[in-house]
Amino acid sequence: MTWRVNVRILPRTGLLDPQGQAVEHALRALDFREASNVHVGKAIALEVDADSRDLAEARVREMCDRLLANPVTEDFEIEITSEGSP
Amino acid sequence: MRVAVLRFPGSNCEPELFRAVERAGGEAFFLFHRDTDLAGAEAVLLPGGFSYGDYLRSGAIAKFAPIMEAVRRHADQGGPVLGVCNGFQILCEAGMLPGALMRNAGLKYVSRPVDVRIEHTDTPFTCAYAEREIVRLPIGHGEGRYVAPDEVLDQLERENRVVLRYLGGSADAPANPNGSSRDIAGICNRARTVVGMMPHPERLADPVLGSDAGHGIFASLLQWGATAVSGPLSTVNGQRTTEP
Repeated sequence: MTWRVNVRILPRTGLLDPQGQAVEHALRALDFREASNVHVGKAIALEVDADSRDLAEARVREMCDRLLANPVTEDFEIEITSEGSP
Repeated sequence: MRVAVLRFPGSNCEPELFRAVERAGGEAFFLFHRDTDLAGAEAVLLPGGFSYGDYLRSGAIAKFAPIMEAVRRHADQGGPVLGVCNGFQILCEAGMLPGALMRNAGLKYVSRPVDVRIEHTDTPFTCAYAEREIVRLPIGHGEGRYVAPDEVLDQLERENRVVLRYLGGSADAPANPNGSSRDIAGICNRARTVVGMMPHPERLADPVLGSDAGHGIFASLLQWGATAVSGPLSTVNGQRTTEP
């Protein structure tokens, strides 16, 4: 089965995120004063062949640990958005 | 001494590394990222630049290049390895040095001279300098902010592994250019033979450029090679150089 997966990667909480800060300043300059705690990360979309949702997630977690995210500086979330199709 | 200069797609300054090694009296040769052995190299230099376009993260893809397995074996046996700029980023991504290099605090790519202090001279890349010598070297990077958990930073300090540190700054060479933790500009592994640094010593290694402040890095390597006993260092017997 093929699963559609989104991986969301954000700078680890507590680490200086200058990009997030710059975007936050820009939002405030545009008068979006309600915006705070802005962070900029990346999203990776992929499809994964696996026999079950759990197996798909386990494999994607391994991909994150080895390549997609840096364990020192980034946190990640895995979202499986659609049921597998044969 | 035979010194391999690696080339990844997107590397830069590797001819400068080559020339700096030759000027220090070494025999330099290039290896490509797809090579799988070090062709008898006694030391390995990883150049700066933007390997694989810096896609995903700086160094994240280069760490899986075929040549890196051989580099890791070489390092595990106590062989000297230097990563400059992107080379430093690759060594961190590969787990051969702890920590990571993040986007500069000021967000800008910074290209200018910096004053750094040689904190320790017991590595193959700093032994020709005087302890606590201050040298002015060029930097050019957008992601040079060294980051590691506090306990790792404490450990680096305790084990005297902060090899280069940005200094207090002057008008023409301002202080810490990127927000690096504890002003760290370069570190080494536990065995002290794998060194990573953000400054580019090879860009200033010939007096014709107005200074050869970076020459000492390469002179160190040659000096170290001349005095080191051949074969694996006794200090690294049985100890893996891969960081936790």
